[in-house]
Amino acid sequence: MSTALDKVFERTRAENRAALIAYIPAGFPSQSGCAKAIQALAAAGVDAIEIGFPYSDPVMDGPTIQEAAEISLKGGTNAADVFAALKTASATGVAAVVMTYWNPIERYGVDAFAQAIADNGGSGVITPDLTIEESGRWLAATTKNEINPIYVVAPSTADARLVEVTSKTGGFVYAASVMGVTGARSNISVDASQLVARVRKGTKLPIAVGLGVSTRTQAKEVAAYADGVIVGSAFIKLLLNAKSEQEGLDAISQLAQELALGVREGR
Amino acid sequence: MTIQTSDLLGHFGQYGGRFVPEALIGALNELEAAHIAAQSDPVFQAELAELHRTYSGRPSIITEAKRFSEYAGGARIILKREDLNHTGSHKINNVLGQALLTKKMGKKRIIAETGAGQHGVASATAAALMGLECVVYMGEEDTRRQALNVARMKLLGAEVVPVTSGSRTLKDAINEAMRDWVTNVATTHYLLGTVAGPHPFPTMVRDFHKIIGQEARAQVLELTGKLPDAVLACVGGGSNAIGIFHEFIPDANVRLIGLEAGGDGVETGRHAATITGGSPGVLHGTRSYVLQDENGQTVESHSISAGLDYPGVGPEHAYLHDIGRAEYRAINDDAAMAAFALLCKTEGIIPAIETAHALAGALVVGNELGPDATLLINLSGRGDKDVQTAADYFGIPL
Repeated sequence: MSTALDKVFERTRAENRAALIAYIPAGFPSQSGCAKAIQALAAAGVDAIEIGFPYSDPVMDGPTIQEAAEISLKGGTNAADVFAALKTASATGVAAVVMTYWNPIERYGVDAFAQAIADNGGSGVITPDLTIEESGRWLAATTKNEINPIYVVAPSTADARLVEVTSKTGGFVYAASVMGVTGARSNISVDASQLVARVRKGTKLPIAVGLGVSTRTQAKEVAAYADGVIVGSAFIKLLLNAKSEQEGLDAISQLAQELALGVREGR
Repeated sequence: MTIQTSDLLGHFGQYGGRFVPEALIGALNELEAAHIAAQSDPVFQAELAELHRTYSGRPSIITEAKRFSEYAGGARIILKREDLNHTGSHKINNVLGQALLTKKMGKKRIIAETGAGQHGVASATAAALMGLECVVYMGEEDTRRQALNVARMKLLGAEVVPVTSGSRTLKDAINEAMRDWVTNVATTHYLLGTVAGPHPFPTMVRDFHKIIGQEARAQVLELTGKLPDAVLACVGGGSNAIGIFHEFIPDANVRLIGLEAGGDGVETGRHAATITGGSPGVLHGTRSYVLQDENGQTVESHSISAGLDYPGVGPEHAYLHDIGRAEYRAINDDAAMAAFALLCKTEGIIPAIETAHALAGALVVGNELGPDATLLINLSGRGDKDVQTAADYFGIPL
């Protein structure tokens, strides 16, 4: 099997650059605003989009994504909205995945969720709080539905465990750049490059770095050693701070264009 | 009857396990190893026993509640007096154990969540005793409900961080503590206060509380010459209940009854009775019963008792429920407050409002079983912290 996401990394590797991956929660800043944001990001040159499933207890997220999730949930976002946003994203031609805490998947039905991802053009799912020990049913479902199970590893993950986790992973390995929650940071720690180097020793999968990237300079820096650069909170902050929806869309479009340049300047 | 309650990955049947960011796996493995080593380390066990004897005041006594029993169908009512422990509740048992483990692991900082403030006060106490830095996360709503305990924690040298996200109660305090832990895990131990969370917490916290049941079983046997017919305890996360239940699990004829917070009534949706009114799901790193909607979003809980106001419950309780070894019932706010007042006036003991749910359960079960029955109740905490709430409830002018 080869998903749209797999093909993105084949292409970016051929172009000798990193992929740009953008994160946006479903239903944020509104249902229609989210669809417009997805289209703006795709038009501005991102290679893949992660649709966040907003969750009531986002323990891995900093204040920016928490606020976005709260706004989205107040707007009544549910699983159907997540799948609709996924469909919007994949229809633009970029690779599209969902990022979600585990409980919404379990509640929806493990196999049904994987099937809905495939049915809506999704390539995979990032599950930041699903450990490989609890993944039996999920891996069976992702295999059956031919989508990528994407796991997150951290600077504290031991070498032996990196091998175990990446052996279950598909699409790309999500390397958390720092110990901590999501959110823009002024410095991407040296931990990130060291982590990527350690992950590489055990897998041939592409490795994308997330947590903290918000500028063209940082994207360039990370693109020097990683196969993908993930940006989330920086886009959300622009949408939160904008005085109007259009102003927010213009701002994320501009940032995405800059970041797209950044990921091409790294090597 | 012997029950294998946990495997190596911390499962209780389909419940328990670990649902956490990969960043925490190393720390959880380290904690599990430290806990296992401590269980068979005579030096650790002697240190902990000495703290129990000379600091928290163990063994706690049992008290026969003869006047209260008249309202419980004449059943013999025996109270296990965890309210007499230093800091006023069972919470100190777990806190002393985990604080000792923190030192063994070479960490200098602890963080804790608290609802009513009992666990926060106990954590601040242990941190002061052992020279550890302590930060307590507490929902902003709870800092108002339990202002006295906030002051106590500050006096004990802890930093109290009011949590303003989500529902601003215990569940959000846990979210914030987990975010701190993910960030500072190299230097910090998360001193979780109940038998929930990722493995090894449910097993470890139970192990530090099972002394309650070990003492009580021997004390009741000595007093009455037989085992009790039922053991009752209130259940929020479920630490005091597991503590008193665990030793009795093999005693198949002893009923184990957990009393959950029914709030305004389970049928109203405004409650914290997670097993009675919830469904299996994952929250805060473990699979158990959860109050959730059809999308898997956590639903806010409601209870007059801040300590039971939690939309999750320990995975071992979920398992004991499913296999039928323990039963769980809901007690509404009003029934709990009536039992609270009754214990004050019949026995001269002001219980915590959390504990009052177990007392209300004793009134029901005592009337069901009649005067030949003996009920053992975990009097898990004292009610000094609840005087303001009780005064408001009963209309006593302050």
